[in-house]
Amino acid sequence: MRTITTQEITKAIKEMCIEANHTLSPDMKAVFQAASQKEESPLGKKILDQLEENLIIAGQDMIPICQDTGMAVVFIQLGQEVHIQGGSLTDAVNQGVREGYAEGYLRKSVVSDPIERVNTKDNTPAVIHYEVIEGEALHITVAPKGFGSENMSRVFMLKPADGIEGVKESILTAVKDAGPNACPPMVVGVGIGGTFEKCALMAKHALTRNLEEPSPVPYVRQLEEEMLEKINGLGIGPGGLGGTVTALAVNIETYPTHIAGLPVAVNICCHVNRHVNRML
Amino acid sequence: MEQHIQAPVTREKIENLKAGDYIYLSGTIYTARDAAHKRMQETLDQGKELPFSVKGNVIYYMGPSPARQGRPIGSAGPTTASRMDRYTPTLLDMGLGAMIGKGKRSQEVIDAIIRNKAVYFAAIGGAGAILSKCILSSEVIAYEDLGTEAIRRLEVKNLPVVVVIDSQGNNLYETAILEFCTGGNK
Ligand code: SF4
Repeated sequence: MRTITTQEITKAIKEMCIEANHTLSPDMKAVFQAASQKEESPLGKKILDQLEENLIIAGQDMIPICQDTGMAVVFIQLGQEVHIQGGSLTDAVNQGVREGYAEGYLRKSVVSDPIERVNTKDNTPAVIHYEVIEGEALHITVAPKGFGSENMSRVFMLKPADGIEGVKESILTAVKDAGPNACPPMVVGVGIGGTFEKCALMAKHALTRNLEEPSPVPYVRQLEEEMLEKINGLGIGPGGLGGTVTALAVNIETYPTHIAGLPVAVNICCHVNRHVNRML
Repeated sequence: MEQHIQAPVTREKIENLKAGDYIYLSGTIYTARDAAHKRMQETLDQGKELPFSVKGNVIYYMGPSPARQGRPIGSAGPTTASRMDRYTPTLLDMGLGAMIGKGKRSQEVIDAIIRNKAVYFAAIGGAGAILSKCILSSEVIAYEDLGTEAIRRLEVKNLPVVVVIDSQGNNLYETAILEFCTGGNK
């Protein structure tokens, strides 16, 4: 049994919110640079260069990469040997978000109710996904999610007969519909299988996976490569103003599903695909 | 073509802009996004005056992050324009000169752009840090309670934008894609 205090968790979450909004992870930077080399449109190339410069300015001057500093999505993997001391874990996470968004000069974009729409003024609550795992570690991923791209995300409840071709078509449909709204070049997270909510959660989680690490499953890896090529063939390009780089990566997760179904979720993310990991 | 433009804008200038032109915009512009548009519409419905005259002016669909000490504004890139589509034709018919945002517009908005000889610019989405460097000053002029969604008057210098929908209705989002589409997936 190991004890972790809620103060440690709050502090970590606070720092991670600030870090995620000012610097992208090394894998994001790497795919970005690779993309710049490949862009054929002069305007597209110009936009990619500006986005790279934007990243440098964000880190140096501590100005958020994007003004939409997102709704804080937090994945928590809690080892079952861990005892949390000092109050509620959920409260500790939300307190971290509250402090991070205040101290980091991040935008408060959360409303308390989807219909009444009053801003909570501290960007809480976060959307928290808990998983209990073996061991005595606490893994945290903070992934602030912007809504220009979130709004373009889709769930498709396909029939088993639609097969892999149906999956490909769903992904292309979502990306085409997203177009310039999702601030391309995009990162595309896909969940295939499970249930209605499971595939959506996998699609979100897929966005946090290292973009330079392909799926360990051979057919999924192939599908990721094929879809990236197909998406880049759509011509949408940086900013949606035409070009050969529409997506930076396609990350896919799969899960067993029911004999009667083939759920597919496509979570679209922009080039500001923020995710920071920490282990306590 | 690259051009420098001063805001507020004139009809003559706007009519010369073509979809695909790269523009450096300087002068005075106003921010408004979802909640401010809703409130402006309610104000008009009640027969009252808007907090600023839209005639010849430019609205930037943008809600900044908070400014750090000594800076005029925080991160300041465009938000998705289509969420304002419901309110836009009314503002265009009142003389709004131009809009800056990102993403597609509805047919109703495109029709109103042509009818009023206006223009829709796109700024680069997700480039809020670099774009903030083009903003010299920022002042909340209405709806302060809306926080980031309040209406702000901005002084901008050489803000880079691209003409997406020109006064004749040419739409760069549609034409540019065709040039780079490799077929099969059209
Ligand atoms: S979609 Fe992404 S890059 Fe575009 S405005 Fe939203 S958070 Fe920023």
